[in-house]
Amino acid sequence: MIEIRNLTKVYGAIRAVDDLTVVVRPGTVTGFLGPNGAGKSTTMRSIVGLDRPSGGEVLVAGRRYADHPAPMHEVGALLDAKATHPGRSARTHLRALAMTNGIGRGRVDEVIDMVGLSGVADRRVGGFSLGMAQRLGIAAALLGDPAVVLLDEPVNGLDPDGIRWIRGLLRGLAAEGRTVFVSSHLMSEMALTADHLVIVGRGRLLADVSMEDMTASASGQVRVRSPRTAELAQLLSGDGVAITRPEPDVLSITGRTSTDIAETALAARILLTELTPVHASLEDAYLALTAHDVQYQAISHDRTDPGRAAA
Amino acid sequence: MTTTIDRPRTGAAGSRSSGARTTHRRVLAAEALKLRSTRSIRWLLVASVLSILAAALSSALTATLAEAPPPEGAGAATDPLGAALSGVSFTQVLVGVLGILVVTSEYTTGLVRVTFTAVPKRLPVLEAKAVLTGAVVFVVMLAAELISFLGAQAIMSTEVSVSLGNPGVARAIGGSALYLAVTAVLAVAFGWLLRSAIGATGGLFGLLFVVPLIGVLLPAADPYLPTNAGSAIMQIGSSDGVLSPWAGMGVFVLYAAIALGAAAMVLTRRDA
Repeated sequence: MIEIRNLTKVYGAIRAVDDLTVVVRPGTVTGFLGPNGAGKSTTMRSIVGLDRPSGGEVLVAGRRYADHPAPMHEVGALLDAKATHPGRSARTHLRALAMTNGIGRGRVDEVIDMVGLSGVADRRVGGFSLGMAQRLGIAAALLGDPAVVLLDEPVNGLDPDGIRWIRGLLRGLAAEGRTVFVSSHLMSEMALTADHLVIVGRGRLLADVSMEDMTASASGQVRVRSPRTAELAQLLSGDGVAITRPEPDVLSITGRTSTDIAETALAARILLTELTPVHASLEDAYLALTAHDVQYQAISHDRTDPGRAAA
Repeated sequence: MTTTIDRPRTGAAGSRSSGARTTHRRVLAAEALKLRSTRSIRWLLVASVLSILAAALSSALTATLAEAPPPEGAGAATDPLGAALSGVSFTQVLVGVLGILVVTSEYTTGLVRVTFTAVPKRLPVLEAKAVLTGAVVFVVMLAAELISFLGAQAIMSTEVSVSLGNPGVARAIGGSALYLAVTAVLAVAFGWLLRSAIGATGGLFGLLFVVPLIGVLLPAADPYLPTNAGSAIMQIGSSDGVLSPWAGMGVFVLYAAIALGAAAMVLTRRDA
Protein backbone atom coordinates (compact mmCIF):
# COMPACT_ATOMS: atom_id res chain seq x y z
CA MET A 1 0.00 0.00 0.00
CA ILE A 2 1.21 3.48 -0.86
CA GLU A 3 -0.06 6.43 1.14
CA ILE A 4 0.55 9.80 -0.43
CA ARG A 5 -0.32 12.55 2.03
CA ASN A 6 -0.52 16.21 0.98
CA LEU A 7 2.47 15.70 -1.28
CA THR A 8 3.80 18.94 -2.71
CA LYS A 9 6.88 19.33 -4.84
CA VAL A 10 8.06 22.71 -6.05
CA TYR A 11 10.83 23.20 -8.59
CA GLY A 12 11.68 26.88 -8.62
CA ALA A 13 8.46 28.58 -9.70
CA ILE A 14 6.76 25.38 -10.85
CA ARG A 15 4.47 23.38 -8.58
CA ALA A 16 4.97 19.96 -10.12
CA VAL A 17 2.82 18.29 -7.46
CA ASP A 18 0.30 20.31 -5.52
CA ASP A 19 -1.13 18.92 -2.29
CA LEU A 20 -1.77 15.43 -3.63
CA THR A 21 -3.41 12.93 -1.31
CA VAL A 22 -4.04 9.42 -2.60
CA VAL A 23 -3.96 5.91 -1.21
CA VAL A 24 -2.94 3.19 -3.67
CA ARG A 25 -4.25 -0.16 -2.52
CA PRO A 26 -2.93 -3.69 -2.89
CA GLY A 27 -4.56 -6.33 -5.06
CA THR A 28 -5.51 -4.00 -7.88
CA VAL A 29 -3.86 -2.35 -10.82
CA THR A 30 -4.08 1.39 -10.26
CA GLY A 31 -3.60 3.49 -13.36
CA PHE A 32 -1.93 6.84 -12.82
CA LEU A 33 -3.12 9.13 -15.57
CA GLY A 34 -2.55 12.66 -16.60
CA PRO A 35 -1.25 14.76 -19.45
CA ASN A 36 2.48 15.22 -19.91
CA GLY A 37 3.82 17.48 -17.19
CA ALA A 38 0.98 16.68 -14.78
CA GLY A 39 3.36 15.53 -12.05
CA LYS A 40 3.15 11.75 -12.50
CA SER A 41 6.89 11.12 -12.66
CA THR A 42 7.61 13.52 -9.81
CA THR A 43 5.08 11.68 -7.66
CA MET A 44 6.64 8.34 -8.52
CA ARG A 45 10.14 9.61 -7.77
CA SER A 46 8.88 10.91 -4.43
CA ILE A 47 7.48 7.49 -3.52
CA VAL A 48 10.95 5.92 -3.68
CA GLY A 49 12.65 8.92 -2.09
CA LEU A 50 14.53 10.14 -5.17
CA ASP A 51 12.84 13.53 -4.89
CA ARG A 52 12.51 15.17 -1.50
CA PRO A 53 8.96 16.46 -1.03
CA SER A 54 8.59 20.22 -0.50
CA GLY A 55 5.63 19.34 1.68
CA GLY A 56 3.71 16.29 2.82
CA GLU A 57 5.00 12.74 2.82
CA VAL A 58 4.74 9.37 1.17
CA LEU A 59 4.61 6.12 3.11
CA VAL A 60 5.08 2.62 1.73
CA ALA A 61 3.73 -0.13 3.96
CA GLY A 62 3.50 2.43 6.75
CA ARG A 63 7.08 3.67 6.55
CA ARG A 64 9.17 6.04 4.51
CA TYR A 65 10.75 4.09 1.67
CA ALA A 66 14.31 4.84 2.79
CA ASP A 67 13.58 3.47 6.27
CA HIS A 68 12.97 -0.08 5.05
CA PRO A 69 15.90 -2.42 5.67
CA ALA A 70 15.49 -4.13 2.29
CA PRO A 71 13.98 -1.45 0.05
CA MET A 72 13.85 -3.55 -3.12
CA HIS A 73 11.59 -6.04 -1.35
CA GLU A 74 9.11 -3.28 -0.61
CA VAL A 75 9.03 -1.44 -3.91
CA GLY A 76 10.16 -2.47 -7.37
CA ALA A 77 10.34 0.57 -9.58
CA LEU A 78 10.84 1.20 -13.26
CA LEU A 79 11.20 4.93 -13.68
CA ASP A 80 13.45 5.26 -16.73
CA ALA A 81 14.25 2.31 -18.96
CA LYS A 82 17.37 3.93 -20.36
CA ALA A 83 18.99 4.38 -16.94
CA THR A 84 21.64 1.70 -17.35
CA HIS A 85 25.34 1.76 -18.15
CA PRO A 86 25.52 1.02 -21.89
CA GLY A 87 28.77 -0.95 -21.55
CA ARG A 88 27.46 -3.43 -19.01
CA SER A 89 25.55 -6.59 -19.83
CA ALA A 90 21.96 -6.95 -18.74
CA ARG A 91 22.94 -9.71 -16.37
CA THR A 92 25.73 -7.72 -14.73
CA HIS A 93 23.43 -4.71 -14.35
CA LEU A 94 20.86 -6.86 -12.56
CA ARG A 95 23.51 -8.68 -10.53
CA ALA A 96 24.93 -5.44 -9.17
CA LEU A 97 21.46 -4.23 -8.23
CA ALA A 98 20.55 -7.54 -6.64
CA MET A 99 23.72 -7.62 -4.55
CA THR A 100 22.90 -4.36 -2.77
CA ASN A 101 19.80 -5.96 -1.26
CA GLY A 102 21.23 -9.42 -0.69
CA ILE A 103 19.32 -10.98 -3.59
CA GLY A 104 20.95 -14.12 -5.00
CA ARG A 105 22.10 -15.04 -8.51
CA GLY A 106 19.23 -17.49 -8.91
CA ARG A 107 16.68 -14.72 -8.66
CA VAL A 108 18.57 -12.70 -11.30
CA ASP A 109 18.30 -15.59 -13.76
CA GLU A 110 14.66 -16.00 -12.83
CA VAL A 111 13.67 -12.42 -13.64
CA ILE A 112 15.69 -12.52 -16.87
CA ASP A 113 13.60 -15.53 -17.94
CA MET A 114 10.44 -13.89 -16.73
CA VAL A 115 10.84 -10.86 -18.99
CA GLY A 116 12.08 -12.90 -21.94
CA LEU A 117 15.65 -11.59 -22.12
CA SER A 118 17.46 -14.91 -21.65
CA GLY A 119 18.87 -14.82 -25.18
CA VAL A 120 20.47 -11.41 -24.81
CA ALA A 121 21.27 -11.27 -21.08
CA ASP A 122 25.01 -11.27 -21.66
CA ARG A 123 24.98 -8.64 -24.38
CA ARG A 124 25.86 -5.04 -23.68
CA VAL A 125 22.82 -2.97 -22.80
CA GLY A 126 23.97 -0.19 -25.14
CA GLY A 127 22.73 -2.23 -28.09
CA PHE A 128 19.26 -2.79 -26.68
CA SER A 129 16.12 -1.42 -28.33
CA LEU A 130 13.78 0.65 -26.18
CA GLY A 131 11.49 -2.36 -25.91
CA MET A 132 14.32 -4.54 -24.62
CA ALA A 133 15.41 -1.80 -22.23
CA GLN A 134 11.84 -1.67 -20.88
CA ARG A 135 11.92 -5.40 -20.28
CA LEU A 136 15.25 -5.05 -18.49
CA GLY A 137 13.80 -2.25 -16.36
CA ILE A 138 10.84 -4.47 -15.47
CA ALA A 139 13.22 -7.30 -14.59
CA ALA A 140 15.05 -4.90 -12.24
CA ALA A 141 11.75 -3.87 -10.68
CA LEU A 142 10.78 -7.49 -10.03
CA LEU A 143 14.18 -8.52 -8.59
CA GLY A 144 13.23 -8.03 -4.97
CA ASP A 145 9.86 -9.82 -5.29
CA PRO A 146 8.34 -6.52 -4.14
CA ALA A 147 5.01 -5.89 -2.46
CA VAL A 148 4.61 -2.69 -4.47
CA VAL A 149 5.35 -2.44 -8.18
CA LEU A 150 5.80 1.05 -9.58
CA LEU A 151 6.08 1.49 -13.33
CA ASP A 152 6.39 4.82 -15.13
CA GLU A 153 5.09 4.56 -18.72
CA PRO A 154 6.07 0.90 -19.10
CA VAL A 155 4.50 0.39 -22.53
CA ASN A 156 6.69 3.04 -24.18
CA GLY A 157 8.62 1.46 -27.01
CA LEU A 158 7.04 -1.97 -26.66
CA ASP A 159 5.60 -3.76 -29.68
CA PRO A 160 1.97 -4.97 -29.59
CA ASP A 161 3.15 -8.32 -28.31
CA GLY A 162 5.09 -6.67 -25.51
CA ILE A 163 2.11 -4.50 -24.61
CA ARG A 164 -0.09 -7.58 -24.31
CA TRP A 165 2.58 -9.21 -22.18
CA ILE A 166 2.74 -6.22 -19.81
CA ARG A 167 -1.02 -6.26 -19.37
CA GLY A 168 -0.93 -9.89 -18.35
CA LEU A 169 2.05 -9.28 -16.09
CA LEU A 170 0.41 -6.38 -14.25
CA ARG A 171 -2.87 -8.24 -13.79
CA GLY A 172 -0.96 -11.26 -12.52
CA LEU A 173 1.02 -9.16 -10.04
CA ALA A 174 -2.15 -7.57 -8.70
CA ALA A 175 -3.86 -10.96 -8.45
CA GLU A 176 -1.03 -12.05 -6.17
CA GLY A 177 -1.98 -9.29 -3.78
CA ARG A 178 0.64 -6.75 -4.77
CA THR A 179 0.07 -3.05 -5.13
CA VAL A 180 0.52 -2.15 -8.79
CA PHE A 181 0.80 1.53 -9.66
CA VAL A 182 1.32 2.27 -13.34
CA SER A 183 1.50 5.65 -14.98
CA SER A 184 0.54 6.43 -18.53
CA HIS A 185 -0.63 9.37 -20.53
CA LEU A 186 -2.69 7.01 -22.68
CA MET A 187 -6.20 6.37 -21.43
CA SER A 188 -6.74 3.68 -24.04
CA GLU A 189 -3.95 1.61 -22.54
CA MET A 190 -5.22 2.00 -18.98
CA ALA A 191 -8.75 1.09 -20.04
CA LEU A 192 -7.49 -2.42 -20.75
CA THR A 193 -5.32 -2.89 -17.68
CA ALA A 194 -6.38 -0.87 -14.67
CA ASP A 195 -9.10 -1.56 -12.09
CA HIS A 196 -8.75 1.82 -10.52
CA LEU A 197 -7.72 5.23 -11.79
CA VAL A 198 -5.90 8.14 -10.23
CA ILE A 199 -6.04 11.09 -12.58
CA VAL A 200 -3.93 14.20 -12.10
CA GLY A 201 -3.59 17.47 -13.95
CA ARG A 202 -1.08 20.20 -13.20
CA GLY A 203 -0.01 18.43 -10.05
CA ARG A 204 -3.51 18.20 -8.56
CA LEU A 205 -5.81 15.28 -8.06
CA LEU A 206 -8.63 15.31 -10.61
CA ALA A 207 -10.16 11.93 -9.94
CA ASP A 208 -9.61 8.87 -7.77
CA VAL A 209 -12.23 6.44 -9.08
CA SER A 210 -12.82 2.82 -9.89
CA MET A 211 -12.89 1.93 -13.56
CA GLU A 212 -16.62 1.09 -13.37
CA ASP A 213 -17.52 4.49 -11.97
CA MET A 214 -15.43 6.17 -14.60
CA THR A 215 -17.19 4.20 -17.35
CA ALA A 216 -20.63 4.83 -15.93
CA SER A 217 -20.11 8.54 -15.70
CA ALA A 218 -18.91 8.54 -19.26
CA SER A 219 -22.03 6.97 -20.80
CA GLY A 220 -25.60 8.21 -21.28
CA GLN A 221 -25.77 9.53 -24.80
CA VAL A 222 -28.15 8.18 -27.46
CA ARG A 223 -27.86 8.70 -31.19
CA VAL A 224 -31.07 8.76 -33.25
CA ARG A 225 -31.50 8.84 -37.02
CA SER A 226 -34.90 9.79 -38.41
CA PRO A 227 -36.38 11.70 -41.38
CA ARG A 228 -38.38 13.88 -38.93
CA THR A 229 -35.71 15.00 -36.47
CA ALA A 230 -37.14 18.46 -35.81
CA GLU A 231 -40.48 17.06 -34.67
CA LEU A 232 -38.84 14.37 -32.59
CA ALA A 233 -36.54 16.87 -30.89
CA GLN A 234 -39.55 18.92 -29.85
CA LEU A 235 -41.31 15.90 -28.37
CA LEU A 236 -38.26 14.77 -26.42
CA SER A 237 -37.10 18.09 -25.03
CA GLY A 238 -37.59 18.75 -21.35
CA ASP A 239 -35.74 19.30 -18.09
CA GLY A 240 -32.31 17.70 -17.97
CA VAL A 241 -32.44 16.72 -21.60
CA ALA A 242 -29.83 17.98 -24.04
CA ILE A 243 -30.35 17.53 -27.75
CA THR A 244 -28.01 18.45 -30.56
CA ARG A 245 -28.39 17.88 -34.29
CA PRO A 246 -24.96 17.03 -35.71
CA GLU A 247 -26.55 16.18 -39.11
CA PRO A 248 -29.97 17.14 -40.50
CA ASP A 249 -31.34 13.63 -39.93
CA VAL A 250 -29.38 12.78 -36.77
CA LEU A 251 -30.02 13.74 -33.15
CA SER A 252 -27.65 13.28 -30.27
CA ILE A 253 -29.62 13.06 -27.04
CA THR A 254 -28.56 12.96 -23.43
CA GLY A 255 -30.98 12.65 -20.52
CA ARG A 256 -33.35 10.15 -22.18
CA THR A 257 -32.98 6.41 -22.35
CA SER A 258 -33.27 4.66 -25.70
CA THR A 259 -36.49 2.96 -24.54
CA ASP A 260 -37.94 6.38 -23.75
CA ILE A 261 -37.04 7.67 -27.16
CA ALA A 262 -38.42 4.62 -28.99
CA GLU A 263 -41.77 4.83 -27.15
CA THR A 264 -42.11 8.56 -27.84
CA ALA A 265 -41.36 8.04 -31.52
CA LEU A 266 -43.84 5.15 -31.79
CA ALA A 267 -46.59 7.13 -30.14
CA ALA A 268 -46.07 9.98 -32.61
CA ARG A 269 -45.69 7.52 -35.52
CA ILE A 270 -42.22 8.86 -36.32
CA LEU A 271 -39.94 6.47 -38.20
CA LEU A 272 -36.54 5.79 -36.61
CA THR A 273 -33.88 4.37 -38.88
CA GLU A 274 -31.23 4.21 -36.15
CA LEU A 275 -31.28 4.18 -32.35
CA THR A 276 -27.87 3.72 -30.74
CA PRO A 277 -26.81 4.19 -27.10
CA VAL A 278 -23.40 5.83 -27.35
CA HIS A 279 -20.87 4.91 -24.71
CA ALA A 280 -18.53 7.81 -24.80
CA SER A 281 -15.13 6.17 -24.71
CA LEU A 282 -13.10 6.29 -21.55
CA GLU A 283 -10.64 8.31 -23.54
CA ASP A 284 -13.27 11.01 -24.20
CA ALA A 285 -14.13 11.16 -20.53
CA TYR A 286 -10.48 11.47 -19.64
CA LEU A 287 -9.90 14.20 -22.19
CA ALA A 288 -12.92 16.11 -20.94
CA LEU A 289 -11.61 15.83 -17.38
CA THR A 290 -8.09 16.94 -18.16
CA ALA A 291 -8.78 19.45 -20.93
CA HIS A 292 -8.18 22.35 -18.59
CA ASP A 293 -5.07 20.93 -17.04
CA VAL A 294 -2.98 20.16 -20.05
CA GLN A 295 0.31 21.99 -19.70
CA TYR A 296 1.37 21.85 -23.30
CA GLN A 297 -1.35 22.33 -25.83
CA ALA A 298 -1.18 23.03 -29.54
CA ILE A 299 -4.27 25.23 -29.57
CA SER A 300 -4.79 27.56 -26.66
CA HIS A 301 -8.11 27.14 -24.90
CA ASP A 302 -10.00 29.48 -22.69
CA ARG A 303 -8.55 28.95 -19.23
CA THR A 304 -10.55 31.50 -17.32
CA ASP A 305 -12.32 28.76 -15.40
CA PRO A 306 -9.67 26.51 -13.91
CA GLY A 307 -11.99 25.43 -11.10
CA ARG A 308 -14.24 23.52 -13.44
CA ALA A 309 -11.78 20.75 -14.05
CA ALA A 310 -11.29 20.13 -10.36
CA ALA A 311 -14.82 18.74 -10.08
CA MET B 1 2.15 -14.80 -21.99
CA THR B 2 5.33 -16.01 -20.41
CA THR B 3 4.80 -14.58 -17.01
CA THR B 4 4.26 -16.21 -13.72
CA ILE B 5 5.68 -15.00 -10.50
CA ASP B 6 6.62 -18.19 -8.83
CA ARG B 7 6.90 -16.92 -5.30
CA PRO B 8 3.41 -16.70 -3.92
CA ARG B 9 2.99 -13.85 -1.51
CA THR B 10 1.19 -14.09 1.76
CA GLY B 11 -0.37 -10.66 1.96
CA ALA B 12 0.92 -7.26 1.06
CA ALA B 13 4.16 -7.38 3.00
CA GLY B 14 4.82 -10.94 1.99
CA SER B 15 7.19 -13.41 3.51
CA ARG B 16 10.85 -13.03 2.78
CA SER B 17 14.13 -14.49 3.78
CA SER B 18 15.66 -12.75 6.73
CA GLY B 19 18.96 -12.46 4.82
CA ALA B 20 17.55 -9.91 2.42
CA ARG B 21 18.80 -6.60 3.71
CA THR B 22 20.93 -3.76 2.50
CA THR B 23 24.29 -3.70 4.24
CA HIS B 24 27.46 -1.71 3.67
CA ARG B 25 29.32 -4.87 2.72
CA ARG B 26 26.73 -5.75 0.08
CA VAL B 27 26.77 -2.28 -1.41
CA LEU B 28 30.56 -2.50 -1.52
CA ALA B 29 30.38 -5.84 -3.38
CA ALA B 30 27.87 -4.40 -5.84
CA GLU B 31 30.02 -1.35 -6.49
CA ALA B 32 33.05 -3.60 -6.99
CA LEU B 33 31.15 -5.48 -9.68
CA LYS B 34 30.19 -2.19 -11.34
CA LEU B 35 33.80 -0.99 -11.23
CA ARG B 36 35.06 -4.22 -12.79
CA SER B 37 32.48 -4.08 -15.55
CA THR B 38 33.16 -0.50 -16.65
CA ARG B 39 35.49 -0.36 -19.63
CA SER B 40 36.50 3.28 -19.31
CA ILE B 41 37.72 2.62 -15.77
CA ARG B 42 39.74 -0.40 -16.85
CA TRP B 43 41.39 1.57 -19.63
CA LEU B 44 42.21 4.47 -17.36
CA LEU B 45 43.87 2.08 -14.94
CA VAL B 46 45.92 0.56 -17.75
CA ALA B 47 46.85 4.04 -18.98
CA SER B 48 47.91 5.06 -15.46
CA VAL B 49 50.20 2.03 -15.14
CA LEU B 50 51.69 2.67 -18.58
CA SER B 51 52.25 6.32 -17.78
CA ILE B 52 54.22 5.46 -14.60
CA LEU B 53 56.25 2.79 -16.39
CA ALA B 54 56.95 4.85 -19.51
CA ALA B 55 58.05 7.90 -17.55
CA ALA B 56 60.36 5.78 -15.37
CA LEU B 57 61.85 4.00 -18.36
CA SER B 58 62.49 7.18 -20.29
CA SER B 59 64.01 8.94 -17.26
CA ALA B 60 66.26 5.98 -16.49
CA LEU B 61 67.43 5.66 -20.07
CA THR B 62 67.99 9.39 -20.46
CA ALA B 63 70.08 9.51 -17.29
CA THR B 64 72.12 6.44 -18.28
CA LEU B 65 72.72 7.32 -21.89
CA ALA B 66 73.52 10.99 -21.28
CA GLU B 67 77.21 11.68 -21.76
CA ALA B 68 77.40 14.02 -18.81
CA PRO B 69 75.15 13.78 -15.75
CA PRO B 70 72.36 16.39 -15.98
CA PRO B 71 72.93 19.47 -13.88
CA GLU B 72 71.48 19.35 -10.39
CA GLY B 73 67.97 20.77 -10.12
CA ALA B 74 67.24 20.58 -13.85
CA GLY B 75 64.26 18.42 -13.10
CA ALA B 76 65.68 15.28 -14.69
CA ALA B 77 65.93 12.15 -12.57
CA THR B 78 69.39 11.25 -11.45
CA ASP B 79 68.54 8.14 -9.46
CA PRO B 80 66.07 5.20 -9.67
CA LEU B 81 63.70 6.76 -7.13
CA GLY B 82 63.46 9.96 -9.14
CA ALA B 83 62.86 7.93 -12.26
CA ALA B 84 60.13 5.85 -10.63
CA LEU B 85 58.38 8.99 -9.39
CA SER B 86 58.77 10.98 -12.59
CA GLY B 87 55.39 9.87 -13.93
CA VAL B 88 53.38 10.73 -10.83
CA SER B 89 52.21 14.21 -11.75
CA PHE B 90 50.86 13.18 -15.17
CA THR B 91 49.33 10.01 -13.74
CA GLN B 92 47.59 12.16 -11.18
CA VAL B 93 45.50 13.57 -14.03
CA LEU B 94 44.55 10.06 -15.17
CA VAL B 95 43.52 8.75 -11.77
CA GLY B 96 41.68 12.03 -11.19
CA VAL B 97 39.60 11.46 -14.31
CA LEU B 98 39.08 7.86 -13.21
CA GLY B 99 37.71 8.91 -9.83
CA ILE B 100 35.42 11.44 -11.46
CA LEU B 101 34.06 8.93 -13.98
CA VAL B 102 33.31 6.37 -11.27
CA VAL B 103 30.61 8.79 -10.14
CA THR B 104 29.62 10.93 -13.11
CA SER B 105 29.06 7.97 -15.46
CA GLU B 106 26.07 7.15 -13.26
CA TYR B 107 24.71 10.63 -13.69
CA THR B 108 25.13 10.84 -17.48
CA THR B 109 23.24 7.56 -17.92
CA GLY B 110 20.66 8.23 -15.21
CA LEU B 111 21.77 4.99 -13.55
CA VAL B 112 22.24 6.85 -10.28
CA ARG B 113 18.44 6.92 -9.84
CA VAL B 114 18.32 3.15 -10.11
CA THR B 115 21.24 2.88 -7.70
CA PHE B 116 19.57 5.17 -5.17
CA THR B 117 16.25 3.35 -5.52
CA ALA B 118 18.07 0.17 -4.48
CA VAL B 119 20.01 1.99 -1.73
CA PRO B 120 17.81 4.94 -0.73
CA LYS B 121 20.06 5.91 2.18
CA ARG B 122 22.63 6.88 -0.48
CA LEU B 123 25.63 7.25 1.85
CA PRO B 124 26.64 3.58 1.61
CA VAL B 125 27.06 4.15 -2.14
CA LEU B 126 29.25 7.21 -1.62
CA GLU B 127 31.30 5.31 0.91
CA ALA B 128 31.69 2.22 -1.27
CA LYS B 129 32.77 4.18 -4.33
CA ALA B 130 35.33 6.18 -2.33
CA VAL B 131 36.79 3.14 -0.56
CA LEU B 132 36.96 1.01 -3.70
CA THR B 133 38.41 3.68 -5.93
CA GLY B 134 41.04 4.54 -3.34
CA ALA B 135 41.95 0.90 -2.70
CA VAL B 136 42.12 -0.11 -6.36
CA VAL B 137 44.22 2.91 -7.32
CA PHE B 138 46.52 2.35 -4.34
CA VAL B 139 47.18 -1.31 -5.06
CA VAL B 140 47.65 -0.90 -8.81
CA MET B 141 49.84 2.20 -8.48
CA LEU B 142 51.94 0.57 -5.75
CA ALA B 143 52.65 -2.33 -8.09
CA ALA B 144 53.45 0.05 -10.97
CA GLU B 145 55.79 2.12 -8.79
CA LEU B 146 57.61 -0.93 -7.46
CA ILE B 147 58.15 -2.31 -10.95
CA SER B 148 59.30 1.12 -12.12
CA PHE B 149 61.73 1.47 -9.27
CA LEU B 150 63.21 -2.00 -9.69
CA GLY B 151 63.42 -1.53 -13.45
CA ALA B 152 65.09 1.85 -13.11
CA GLN B 153 67.45 0.37 -10.54
CA ALA B 154 68.51 -2.32 -13.00
CA ILE B 155 69.05 0.19 -15.80
CA MET B 156 70.88 2.75 -13.68
CA SER B 157 72.87 0.37 -11.48
CA THR B 158 76.17 1.43 -12.96
CA GLU B 159 75.59 5.10 -12.12
CA VAL B 160 74.04 5.28 -8.71
CA SER B 161 72.93 2.66 -6.30
CA VAL B 162 69.74 3.31 -4.38
CA SER B 163 67.75 0.47 -2.86
CA LEU B 164 64.40 0.09 -1.12
CA GLY B 165 66.40 -0.29 2.11
CA ASN B 166 67.75 3.24 1.93
CA PRO B 167 66.11 5.63 4.37
CA GLY B 168 62.87 7.09 3.03
CA VAL B 169 62.87 5.19 -0.28
CA ALA B 170 60.20 2.65 0.62
CA ARG B 171 58.14 5.44 2.15
CA ALA B 172 58.44 7.55 -0.98
CA ILE B 173 57.44 4.65 -3.26
CA GLY B 174 54.49 3.63 -1.09
CA GLY B 175 53.68 7.29 -0.53
CA SER B 176 53.41 7.98 -4.25
CA ALA B 177 50.78 5.25 -4.54
CA LEU B 178 49.01 6.73 -1.53
CA TYR B 179 49.19 10.21 -3.05
CA LEU B 180 47.53 8.95 -6.24
CA ALA B 181 44.92 7.01 -4.27
CA VAL B 182 43.95 10.04 -2.21
CA THR B 183 43.78 12.09 -5.42
CA ALA B 184 41.33 9.52 -6.82
CA VAL B 185 39.20 9.73 -3.67
CA LEU B 186 39.22 13.52 -3.90
CA ALA B 187 38.07 13.10 -7.50
CA VAL B 188 35.20 10.83 -6.38
CA ALA B 189 34.08 13.57 -3.99
CA PHE B 190 34.18 16.16 -6.79
CA GLY B 191 32.16 13.78 -8.94
CA TRP B 192 29.39 13.66 -6.32
CA LEU B 193 29.54 17.39 -5.71
CA LEU B 194 29.36 18.50 -9.33
CA ARG B 195 27.69 15.49 -11.01
CA SER B 196 29.04 16.27 -14.47
CA ALA B 197 32.40 15.05 -15.72
CA ILE B 198 33.28 18.45 -17.11
CA GLY B 199 32.36 20.35 -13.97
CA ALA B 200 34.14 17.90 -11.71
CA THR B 201 37.27 17.91 -13.87
CA GLY B 202 37.36 21.70 -13.73
CA GLY B 203 36.83 21.69 -9.98
CA LEU B 204 39.39 19.01 -9.19
CA PHE B 205 42.17 20.28 -11.42
CA GLY B 206 41.43 23.82 -10.35
CA LEU B 207 42.09 22.73 -6.78
CA LEU B 208 45.15 20.67 -7.65
CA PHE B 209 46.87 22.83 -10.23
CA VAL B 210 45.43 26.36 -10.10
CA VAL B 211 45.09 26.89 -6.36
CA PRO B 212 48.87 26.31 -5.90
CA LEU B 213 49.36 29.65 -7.65
CA ILE B 214 48.14 31.17 -4.40
CA GLY B 215 51.41 30.00 -2.94
CA VAL B 216 53.17 32.55 -5.08
CA LEU B 217 51.22 35.35 -3.45
CA LEU B 218 51.08 33.86 0.01
CA PRO B 219 54.27 31.91 0.75
CA ALA B 220 53.11 30.99 4.26
CA ALA B 221 50.21 28.97 2.82
CA ASP B 222 52.35 27.24 0.23
CA PRO B 223 53.18 24.02 2.13
CA TYR B 224 49.52 23.49 3.01
CA LEU B 225 48.19 23.65 -0.54
CA PRO B 226 46.92 20.24 -1.64
CA THR B 227 49.56 19.12 -4.13
CA ASN B 228 52.45 20.52 -2.09
CA ALA B 229 51.23 18.91 1.10
CA GLY B 230 50.47 15.59 -0.58
CA SER B 231 53.75 15.29 -2.45
CA ALA B 232 55.81 15.88 0.72
CA ILE B 233 55.63 12.13 1.25
CA MET B 234 57.71 11.54 -1.89
CA GLN B 235 60.49 13.86 -0.64
CA ILE B 236 63.80 12.39 0.52
CA GLY B 237 65.63 14.41 3.16
CA SER B 238 64.29 17.62 4.55
CA SER B 239 63.76 20.70 2.47
CA ASP B 240 62.69 24.19 3.40
CA GLY B 241 59.09 25.23 2.97
CA VAL B 242 57.80 21.66 2.83
CA LEU B 243 55.82 19.83 5.51
CA SER B 244 57.24 16.61 6.90
CA PRO B 245 56.15 13.57 4.86
CA TRP B 246 53.36 12.29 7.09
CA ALA B 247 52.16 15.72 8.18
CA GLY B 248 51.88 16.65 4.52
CA MET B 249 49.95 13.47 3.74
CA GLY B 250 47.71 14.20 6.72
CA VAL B 251 46.85 17.60 5.28
CA PHE B 252 46.18 16.09 1.84
CA VAL B 253 43.91 13.42 3.35
CA LEU B 254 42.12 16.19 5.22
CA TYR B 255 41.31 17.88 1.91
CA ALA B 256 39.82 14.62 0.63
CA ALA B 257 37.89 14.11 3.87
CA ILE B 258 36.41 17.60 3.75
CA ALA B 259 35.41 17.16 0.11
CA LEU B 260 33.78 13.80 0.90
CA GLY B 261 31.98 15.28 3.87
CA ALA B 262 30.61 18.09 1.71
CA ALA B 263 29.58 15.54 -0.92
CA ALA B 264 27.79 13.44 1.71
CA MET B 265 25.92 16.48 2.98
CA VAL B 266 24.80 17.56 -0.47
CA LEU B 267 23.94 14.02 -1.51
CA THR B 268 21.51 13.36 1.31
CA ARG B 269 19.76 16.66 0.85
CA ARG B 270 19.17 17.08 -2.84
CA ASP B 271 16.97 15.29 -5.35
CA ALA B 272 18.67 12.46 -7.18
